[in-house]
Amino acid sequence: MKESSATRLPRRLRYFEATARNRVAAVMDAGTFREFLPPEQSQPSPHLAVLDIPGSFDDGVIVGAATLGDRPVLVIAQEGLFMGGAVGEIHGAKIVGLLQRAVREKPAAVIFMADSGGVRLHEANAGLIAISEIMRAVLDARAAGVPVIALVGGSCGAFGGMGIVVRLCSAVVMSEEGRLALSGPEVIETVAGVEEFDSKDRALVWRITGGKHRYLTGDCDELVDDDAAAFRRSAIELLNDWKEPSSSVAGLRAEQERLTSRCQRFDGLRDGLDVWRALGVTDPQQIPLMDRDSLVALKKELPA
Amino acid sequence: MEILEFRFTSQPARQGVDAKLCGVVGSGNLEILIQPGDDARACLVAVKTSARGFGQIWEAVIAEFANRHAVGGTRIAINDMGATPAVVTLRLGQALCEYIGGVP
Amino acid sequence: MNAPCSTGDWDTRRHGRLQRLERAAALGLARRVEPGRVGELLEAVIEPGDRVCLEGNNQKQADFLADTLAECSPERLHDLHMVQSVLALPSHVDLFERGIARTLDFSFSGPQAGRLARLVKDRRIEIGAIHTYLELFGRYFVDLTPKVCLIAAHAADAAGNLYTGPNTEDTPAIVEATAFKGGIVIAQVNALVASLPRVDIPADWVDFLVVAPRPHSIEPLFTRDPAQITDVQVLMAMMAIQGIYAEYGVTRLNHGIGFDTAAIELLLPTYATELGLKGKICTHWALNPHPTLIPAIESGYVESIHCFGSEVGMENYVAARSDIFFTGADGSMRSNRAFSQTAGLYACDMFIGSTLQIDLDGNSSTATLDRITGFGGAPNMGSDPHGRRHASPAWLKAGREAGGPNAVRGRKLVVQMVETFREHMTPVFVEELDAWKLRESMGLELPPIMIYGDDVTHIVTEEGIANLLRCRTPHEREQAIRGIAGFTPAGMARDRHMVEQLRNRGVIRRAEDMGIDPRQATRDLLAARSIKDLVRWSGGLYTPPARFRNW
Repeated sequence: MKESSATRLPRRLRYFEATARNRVAAVMDAGTFREFLPPEQSQPSPHLAVLDIPGSFDDGVIVGAATLGDRPVLVIAQEGLFMGGAVGEIHGAKIVGLLQRAVREKPAAVIFMADSGGVRLHEANAGLIAISEIMRAVLDARAAGVPVIALVGGSCGAFGGMGIVVRLCSAVVMSEEGRLALSGPEVIETVAGVEEFDSKDRALVWRITGGKHRYLTGDCDELVDDDAAAFRRSAIELLNDWKEPSSSVAGLRAEQERLTSRCQRFDGLRDGLDVWRALGVTDPQQIPLMDRDSLVALKKELPA
Repeated sequence: MEILEFRFTSQPARQGVDAKLCGVVGSGNLEILIQPGDDARACLVAVKTSARGFGQIWEAVIAEFANRHAVGGTRIAINDMGATPAVVTLRLGQALCEYIGGVP
Repeated sequence: MNAPCSTGDWDTRRHGRLQRLERAAALGLARRVEPGRVGELLEAVIEPGDRVCLEGNNQKQADFLADTLAECSPERLHDLHMVQSVLALPSHVDLFERGIARTLDFSFSGPQAGRLARLVKDRRIEIGAIHTYLELFGRYFVDLTPKVCLIAAHAADAAGNLYTGPNTEDTPAIVEATAFKGGIVIAQVNALVASLPRVDIPADWVDFLVVAPRPHSIEPLFTRDPAQITDVQVLMAMMAIQGIYAEYGVTRLNHGIGFDTAAIELLLPTYATELGLKGKICTHWALNPHPTLIPAIESGYVESIHCFGSEVGMENYVAARSDIFFTGADGSMRSNRAFSQTAGLYACDMFIGSTLQIDLDGNSSTATLDRITGFGGAPNMGSDPHGRRHASPAWLKAGREAGGPNAVRGRKLVVQMVETFREHMTPVFVEELDAWKLRESMGLELPPIMIYGDDVTHIVTEEGIANLLRCRTPHEREQAIRGIAGFTPAGMARDRHMVEQLRNRGVIRRAEDMGIDPRQATRDLLAARSIKDLVRWSGGLYTPPARFRNW
């Protein structure tokens, strides 16, 4: 009986499909995770009960402490399958509390496994406030010298306010399956029409918001396979020589200038393909088909 | 949302020490929290479910579970977003296995 | 019908055929017809009341010819009797709404099921009968012989030979019946080429051909995205593999399409291999090229697959696996629905598929109110062929379970696999099938039952497996079904004591009885969990259609 070689896929934990709890268990050093406010000490959100929704014990986010490569870290992991990972009051308060704890305890890093569509509309202003508090708390942690490393590779990606939060982090690690953006494709299509953005064209969505595109444009620092072990390795490597830069007005102005000229440089381009071509990629059509290692090698060859 | 509470007599479970959580509250799914309870011969179950009008089926499903497995001395809390009996039964089985650290 | 007369007028069909061809010739229409003149051709060679076969296969559609026929004048063409496998396209239904066609004999109408039901209610159509595919093909050679057939092929050469390639499907059966009973064969092709990869239909069986403005449509009906398979489907697949495939040593089989069977296919390289079953099960298949079977093929489970049709995106993979699939000397696959259905009937030891409703006799139906879907191949694949004579271990074991150690014959395993509740908590197990109400409202002779309870040997649900072969009485059979009907009303009405006894006898087996650990029933057990995984398993040979990709 024939068996073709080199096609057996190893069994591994897919990051994209894993629950938040399984991601934490797989990315952190085995057995080191200790959850704050575990389910048995928590109740679902009363805001959701008012709306006749059962909710969940952890309100869709897990926070706690662990070690990563033997370094002490604090951990946030959003559960994308619960209400689209969206941020409500309790969910947001857990994240903010964890980041404030990081300011006090100064762990080697905060690992932020983001998987969220943004504000939990059910909770309206409470969700908006929560996200703005998260933004402030991320910057406070960084200002205290604690790197906040975002891992984006789940089914929700990081959209809306969470998209902004992720870009405020010290570094972003994404997989090809992950997405990072502001407005969601369906929202854009609803508001501006299908000619502006056909949200059902999944290949287009990933060319514009997906990990490969973000990696090529520099909006994420590392691209990894859809594999919890790969996210783990990447986070450990980032922390090996990490020095959290101190922020300065000059530095912020320089970054704003960089972003402004980037906007101008790619003005009018409507597809990742066009952006990649403008970046110097000779055959942009190949990008979606390439494996991770080939893409990383290709990026190294591109003009700065 | 419906809130249901049940108490079933059952053979005492192999004792678990920690609370265990199984499942995620996604559409068509549920989470189950199982932890030690006070009454060694009974299983106390509290269900919050987004679906209305299936109280009888919930009772039958959990009664069957308590009948087939030794779950006395446990407390079970469930948050449900429209799971079918098939999913509920599977998760209950998975949660119990996690709790006792093996196959019942 | 012509009564025999003294001068022995025995070749009226040949004369009639020549007259039609002369009418076409008089209009200046030669063998190769321009797309713009096909309407004229159809009105010239088809006569009112004719029996016309329009190639509406499961996958392949002669869509240009269908659209053109639907635009013909109802004054010229009316009361046509359509015979076709599948009512797939809107134009297939337009024929009846416009009064061009009056009667229909078919097998399946999935995409047009709602419109068909409305036509019946409005009395705009007479349904002759709903068939299974092989049955319909059989009638093409008895009492439903087409006078004209409109078919689709991939390419033609200058002589008029046709290449139908991987999607050969029903074409040979249709053309043979038509060409050899004085009928007229009209083909639409995607292209005219200097030389064909191979000849699938010889030129002298073909009367007219047109190079259509667009390639004929083919739907990817047999692709299932692994991302949609649920934990419960994994659990049921584990039970099926252990409780049936391993138990009977099923080597030759067909899977009805669905996520339940896709889960089984994706568990072969993992769960089945852990059980030591490689080489012992699932070696020979009558099956379309399911992308979800790629991991099992690559893992060395499969020796042979014969296909009813092809599957969009699988052409390169199939061509690169010519030891497994039926491919021509040219390197491309040839499917053949008639032969695959025959293989599934006689040469397979098991059929397994899903359904929408099951009653307490085990009758299985996909009929729902206000939709006439028909059956496709399931009644054939899911039937126990009394004509079979050759033995196999699985067939003998099943036969002896049912008929005792001196059983006169074996039994084909016919397995229905369902969760007890469908969407919106609709119970699958019911006291009476909707098929009976449909019979009333649509004026059908019989309730449209897809698989008869007599033929069903096992039912798999999330609650376990009921082995109907071992039921000694109708009452036991009913309780065995209630015993795996879960918390549906039918299941809750079970005789608990009797169900326990059936369980003790092994007539009902639960997951725990088979030693299955529920913690293993997760998607992690699937060999592939996304379309992208399938592409990787195939070494990049599988090229999925855009709708299945995010790249």
